[in-house]
Order: sequence, then structure tokens, then C-alpha cells
Amino acid sequence: MSDQTHGYKVGEPIRDTKAPEGPIEDRWDKRRFSAKLVNPANKRKINVIVVGTGLAGGSAAATLGELGYKVKSFCYQDTPRRAHSIAAQGGINAAKNYRGDGDSVYRLFYDTVKGGDFRARESNVYRLAQVSVNIIDQAVAQGVPFAREYGGLLDTRSFGGAQVSRTFYARGQTGQQLLLGAYSALERQIAAGTVEMHTRHEMLDLVISDGRARGVIVRDMVTGEIETHLADAVVLATGGYGNVFFLSTNAKGCNTTAIWRAHQRGAMFANPCYTQIHPTCIPVSGDYQSKLTLMSESLRNDGRVWVPVAKGDTRKAADIPEEERDYYLERIYPAFGNLVPRDIASRAAKNVCDEGRGVGPGGLGVYLDFADAIARLGRDAVEKKYGNLFEMYERITGENPYEQPMRIYPAVHYTMGGLWVDYDLQSTIPGLFVVGEANFSDHGANRLGASALMQGLADGYFVLPTTVGDYLAGATKFGDVDPEAVEQARDAVQQKIDKLLSVNGTRTADSYHRELGKLMWDYCGMERTEESLRKALERIPELREEFWNNVKVPGDPEGLNQALERAGRVADFFDLAELMCIDALHRTESCGGHFRAESQDADGEALRDDENFAYVAAWEWGEDGPTLHKEVLDYEYVKMTQRSYK
Amino acid sequence: MNLTLKVWRQNGPSDEGRMVTYKVEDVSPDMSFLEMLDVLNERLILAGDDPIAFDHDCREGICGMCGMVINGVAHGEQRATTTCQLHMRHFADGAEITIEPWRAAPFPVVKDLVVDRSAFDRIIQAGGFISVPAGSAPDAHSVPVKKDDADAAFDAATCIGCGACVAACPNGSASLFTAAKITHLGLLPQGQPERDSRAKAMVEQMDLEGFGGCTNTGECTAVCPKGIPLDTIARMNADYLKASK
Ligand SMILES: Cc1cc2nc3c(=O)[nH]c(=O)nc-3n(C[C@H](O)[C@H](O)[C@H](O)COP(=O)(O)OP(=O)(O)OC[C@H]3O[C@@H](n4cnc5c(N)ncnc54)[C@H](O)[C@@H]3O)c2cc1C
Ligand code: SF4
Ligand code: FES
Repeated sequence: MSDQTHGYKVGEPIRDTKAPEGPIEDRWDKRRFSAKLVNPANKRKINVIVVGTGLAGGSAAATLGELGYKVKSFCYQDTPRRAHSIAAQGGINAAKNYRGDGDSVYRLFYDTVKGGDFRARESNVYRLAQVSVNIIDQAVAQGVPFAREYGGLLDTRSFGGAQVSRTFYARGQTGQQLLLGAYSALERQIAAGTVEMHTRHEMLDLVISDGRARGVIVRDMVTGEIETHLADAVVLATGGYGNVFFLSTNAKGCNTTAIWRAHQRGAMFANPCYTQIHPTCIPVSGDYQSKLTLMSESLRNDGRVWVPVAKGDTRKAADIPEEERDYYLERIYPAFGNLVPRDIASRAAKNVCDEGRGVGPGGLGVYLDFADAIARLGRDAVEKKYGNLFEMYERITGENPYEQPMRIYPAVHYTMGGLWVDYDLQSTIPGLFVVGEANFSDHGANRLGASALMQGLADGYFVLPTTVGDYLAGATKFGDVDPEAVEQARDAVQQKIDKLLSVNGTRTADSYHRELGKLMWDYCGMERTEESLRKALERIPELREEFWNNVKVPGDPEGLNQALERAGRVADFFDLAELMCIDALHRTESCGGHFRAESQDADGEALRDDENFAYVAAWEWGEDGPTLHKEVLDYEYVKMTQRSYK
Repeated sequence: MNLTLKVWRQNGPSDEGRMVTYKVEDVSPDMSFLEMLDVLNERLILAGDDPIAFDHDCREGICGMCGMVINGVAHGEQRATTTCQLHMRHFADGAEITIEPWRAAPFPVVKDLVVDRSAFDRIIQAGGFISVPAGSAPDAHSVPVKKDDADAAFDAATCIGCGACVAACPNGSASLFTAAKITHLGLLPQGQPERDSRAKAMVEQMDLEGFGGCTNTGECTAVCPKGIPLDTIARMNADYLKASK
């Protein structure tokens, strides 16, 4: 079967074979029991490569090291502590029910499935909710200084998409504190000799031998040397690919290179078009803009979102009287108000701006107003809760949010898509495991706030160490790595580098990246249509062609060459962008963060098409275009309903 | 705005290095300092010159990767601000700005403004952790922590490991960085069992790496983007002395 107009083929369905049958609450226990164990004496002889040191990779490498495996860990920064997880602000969810407000594992499971707009696998999400409670225990024991109440117990707050208070936080720096916890555990293992750390090393290819993932090709970013590292299993924890849009809240170095090259080696890529646009970011200020800064969603707990009732109202916020303001989230969604999930809040902001009611330069902004909160709680209390975020806002914009409302606008923030994995977090390549934002596993078509940190740590501390063991129990029979496979991968890497350096054209890699990003934002961003996607699919290959013929990358392959690093990443973003658009075009329904303008209800809300699209789209790479494999999603526990936050 | 930059260029650890002058025109006051350098680098690339190498990643003041000495001050004159969060509105039109890397023997230059700060990781390896394997932790509420202690531990834990404290210190001391971690963990009940051994091992590693001693000049805390207070160093010294008895 094939669909010529969309440029893809349809292949055999795919299915997870690892989640045990039976009651959902017993499945993880069952899997843990059925997983084979590795004899401690053998562990010392088994090598595992972990690429990435964020919450997922850092916790995984540390835990595998503790268990006695020989681990090699890689990151592109100068130290593992700088992985992008460090920037997470708001918090981490856990079904502790410390507040007694009706939370439970089942409710967190339910909220996550519903929040993901019924496009996630039930078994995985249930397990995530189960281990969420252990994560908080682990982090506290490591010394993560979560916010506490006067009684000495942990404080929590509410986050979008939930009506209970289950988000644990460390002021506005939750990701930093959790990552420093994982980092300290990792450094402890480095000192113990179980983990060998390679900083400033970028993974550029995957080595596959006898059908199994057996190593990586990396570039030492300081010397430029291309190195081969072999192992019995490879774990990718390389984060999300939101930087395909150039402007996003991700760190500048975030990239798709590791997962994309694994995809080209056979790992299927699931739901690439599911992108999360975060509603509360600082608006763009000019075309030199290099990144966007998030203002934590926790601000929506106390901040009220509004725009003027009238179009083109250019008065200062303070001069607009109460009755001429439209607190549109509270108006349209009375039950959740300012706390509706991200996709809904983002689209609502876009809609009011499209109506011409946006504020600030270019009309691309809405107000997030703390005047009521300051009047109700006092300035001190607001400062205690959000002080560092307010300062950050002022540093960037030069405006004081205690005196005038913040201006915010949606920005690309997170990618729900990623490499396809089964219940064991293993990709379609045996021995290649994928954890954290790099996989597609738990958030369906939309991730709830404070759930990425939870997932990364669940994967790394608790899930992977069990499931990878099951795979490695057979490691003694894997045999030697085929030298030809290594040579071939090294050659591919070398050729790409040589090619980039030899074009010597007239445009920088960054300028192409900016153009690609703008195209993706306009045509495959918050709202997608068949027409826009077709335009993108026409334009991307042209631009890619131009890039490969006209990019200018200065310098040598040897030594530190940041322009070369960037160019390599941009090249992969081009290929990924194309797959994202194909995926978005094929999915003619709207769901979660994927909004197809053709599929909306009378109120303009996303309209799913469960009959035709209740599946995970897993894409197989091919020279002549991708092949779609569908994983059908069954909902045994949560009834599929149209989401309503009204 | 139009600016004149004097930038340290050094092509690798063994190169001598020198200041090079660049003119940058049409700078917007809303640009960040790094965006201003991006603009210059784009121009250098197109002109066939080597762009200026500098470290950065998050560009929101939290990863600790960026860092330059701007007009003689680590991270620039704007207080409590990392280089990436510094915006051009704080400079005057026509200004001349000097940009240099962190300078300290334990932080060798890799290229231009990029330095090697791996000594910090080794200080953490020496003891900057609580030994707790995954899966063995008791319920988080089994040990209440006084709010004041938790808050003070948090304040110390906000160190981003940027190294500005070292760059600013006339002795090239890493005391503020090391003390921040010792204080964070030492204030919490969970950190007590290893408190002595941690302080001892971390201080010794700091010396081993070739960082200088602390003479209380306070330059470190003045440039620290996270405002880590000087009294953490007193705490570290007390813990170290107790542990060495
Ligand atoms: C500004 C911001 C705020 C956020 N706030 C929250 C929040 O409050 N709560 C929440 O739950 N989630 C939040 N998120 C989402 C969450 O932070 C991320 O999804 C999560 O931290 C990703 O973790 P990770 O371990 O998968 O990847 P990362 O932390 O991104 O780590 C990726 C690692 O891979 C390495 N790497 C990447 N590519 C390569 C390569 N080719 N070779 C070698 N190494 C490579 C990097 O060096 C790094 O070590 C936020 C995200 C952003 C951007
Ligand atoms: S103490 Fe301050 S200046 Fe020193 S590394 Fe930490 S954050 Fe940077
Ligand atoms: S780039 Fe991360 S702190 Fe400046």
C-alpha cells in the first residue's frame, strides 16, 4: 500500500510486545519479575554507553554504574551538569497525595492520558504514575532542596491540566536542583570508576553489528578527532528536537543529531509532528533573537491572562479599565480558567492575537497580570514564590512585572515525538534504548506541565536499569563487533564533515537554520493545514539543496570548530523537518499539540478522529521516502472522550 | 548603537594569544551580549575569518556554561547576571568593550574565550554528593527539614558552576564554589553522615587542582551571578577544621 501524494509508504503494523497482560496496576511488578537478571560478576564485563547527561541520561548512567556495569557517558557540554534539564523551572509531578486532596496513582495516570489527548500507551503511563512517588523519595535522599512548609514537610503547587496539588518544586529552579542531584550521583560513580565520562563529545553515528546497537561514533569537540566507542548496549538520552524551529525555549546546543542518525540506521521515529508550544514565553524582540525564554507555567497559578476587549487598543495596561479587559481563559474555560493545559492556552493566545487584540510590538503578545495576586497576597509573598522569574523577565525586557503586567506569547518548548520504544524503552534496533525527551513514550499528543522531569527520572533511575538488564543477560552471546560496520559508520561521519567544510558557499549555517525555523513555525507550528504543510514539503527540500550547495563553514576538521558543530546539526534538522511535515500532513485529525485547522469543533477546539487515528505513527527511514507503521492504541481503562476543560 | 570590541583571541592552549579589535555596528539595545557576538561572528564567517569561540548553551542564566571577563569584570558589571543574561541596553553607544576569558591556572584556555573548567567536576567527585543508590530511599516525609534550613540549603545549591568566582579572585581561589556545595549538603539532615569526610575531601581536591587560598577579599561573591554569600566559606572552613582534627 502506498500514498503517492503524501510521499510515503504504509508498512506492517507495529506493536509493543513487552508490557505484560493483566490488571494495569500489576504490569510493572510482573515485568520486573520476568526480567532476567545479570550475575554481578558478569556486570563488570558488560559495557553500556549512555549518550546524554540530562535527568534521563544522568540518572541512567549513575544507576547503571551503581549496579556494577561498565558505563561510558557522553555529553556535548563541558560538564554533565549543564544538560538542558538544568533549565526546567516549574516543578515535578508525583502522586504522593501528601495534601489529601484526592490524588492517587490512578488519577495521575488518568490526567496524563487525558492531557495527552488519548494518544499515549496506557501501560507506560500507568507505570510512570507508579514510580513518580519513588522519584521524590530518591531526590530528597540525595539532598535536593525542595520547597518546604513551616512544619518541615514538602510543599506542592498546582499545574496546568490538573485539579490537585501534586507538583513538587524548588523555587523556580526545579530542573536545576534535580539535575544537580543526578549529576552528583553520576560524579560519585565517576569517582568510583564505574562510569567513564566524556564531556565535549558529540555523537555523530550509531554502530550496528549483527542487527544490534553496539557502539557510537563521536567527535571530540576539542581536538576534532573522530572516535569509536563500542559496547553491549547503547542508551540515547539526548533530549528533544524543538530547535528545529530555530527559536525555542531549548538551549542553543539541543539537537536531533543523535536520534536522527539512529533513525537513519533503522530506529523508527514516532509521532514526529507532536510539538508542544508553551503558552508563557517572553515575546520575540527582534530578528537577531537567538532563543526564547520561558516564564514558568506556575505563574498561571497567580497570574491572570488578558487582552483588551477592543482590537488595536494601544493604551498602557494600567489605563485599560477592568470592564474593557478580556480575561479570555477564565471566560472560555470557567472550570480550569488560567490553568487549562498548554496546547489550549497557547492556541487561545494565538486566536486573540489573530483577532488583532494582541499587545506589545507587532501585536504578538498577551498580558499575564499579577496585580490581583499582589493585592491579595502582598508583594513579598509574590516575590517569594516567583522572585527569580520576575527578575529574569526584567533582565530580558527591561520592564518591571511588579508594576506592569508581563507580556507573554507562545513558543516551541517540548517535543512529544521521538524514537519509538516499547515498554522496555527499547527502540526497534535491539540494544538501542531511548530515554527522556528523546523517546516518544508517555505524553501522547500533549505533555502536562511538570511531567517531563518525572518521566526523565522515572526512565533513568527506575525503568531502564531493570529492562536493560533483561537485554544484557544475553550479552555474552553477542560476539565481536563487525569491523566493517565500524569502518562504514566512521566513513559516513567523515564524509559529512568533509562535505560541510568543502562547500565554501555564501551563507552561514545559522542563516539557513533561521529560515528553516521560520518556515516550520509558519507552516507546521501552532496551526497546520493541508495547504501549509504541502508548501513546507515543497520548500524544505529546495532549501536543503541550497544549504548543501551554498553553506559556508569556516575552519578545519581539527580543533574546536563551533561553526562546524552547528552546521552538522542544521543538516539533520532539515531531514527531520521534512518527516515532521509528512507526519503532520498524514494525521488529518487534530489532537493535543497537533492542531489541524480542518479538524475543529464548533467552538474551535481540537477535534480528534479516533476511528482513523487512534494509533502511534512510527516512521521507518528509507532513501526513497519513509514508511509508516501503525501501533494501534487500546484504551482499556480510560474511556476516550473529547477533552473538556470548560 | 555602534561599539568597538577588544577581544582575546587564542588559537589553542599553546598559542600565546592577543587582543584583537572589532567594530560592530547597528547593535540593538534589546540584544543580549551573546546575540551581539553572534552578529559579529556571522560577519566574520562570511568574511572568511575565524569566528570567536565562546561557551554558552541555555542562554537563560542557569546552565553556567557562558562566562567572559567584560571590561575587567567577570560576567560584566551588571550584578547578579550571567554573561548570557546581560543586555546591550546597559552599554553606551560608542562604547569600547574588552572581552577576555576566565584567567586562572586551573582553567586553561581551550580556544579564545573557552576555558577548561573540569577541575570543578573533580572537586564534586571528591565528595559533593550524598551516597544513596537508586531505589533505596525512605519516604520523603520521613525526615522533616526546618524550612529555614531547607531555604538556606537551596540558596547555596543555586550555584551554577560557572567559575566567575575563580576568575574574579586575586588568588584564583575556588572557595566560593566549593563552599556552596558543602553548605548545601551540610545544612540538610540527609547530608550529615558524610559531612566531615565531604568537607575534607573537597577542600583537599581544591588545593590539589592548584586553586589558590582564600584571603577574604570578597571579589567572588561580588561577581557571583547567583549571589552565593561569603559566609558559606566560613562554614566550609569550620567544617574542614572540625573534620581535620
Ligand atoms: C525552559 C524549560 C523549562 C522546562 N520546565 C519544565 C518543568 O518545570 N517541568 C518539567 O517536567 N519539564 C520541564 N521542561 C522539560 C524538561 O526540562 C525536559 O523535557 C527534560 O529535562 C529533558 O531531559 P532529558 O534528560 O531527556 O534531556 P536533556 O536534559 O536535554 O539532556 C540531553 C543530553 O544529551 C546530550 N546530547 C544531546 N545531543 C548529543 C549528541 N549528539 N552527542 C552527545 N551528547 C548529546 C546533551 O549534552 C545533554 O547532556 C522544561 C523545558 C525547558 C526547555
Ligand atoms: S559560586 Fe557563584 S560565581 Fe562561583 S561557580 Fe558558583 S555561581 Fe559561579
Ligand atoms: S548560557 Fe547558560 S548560564 Fe549563560
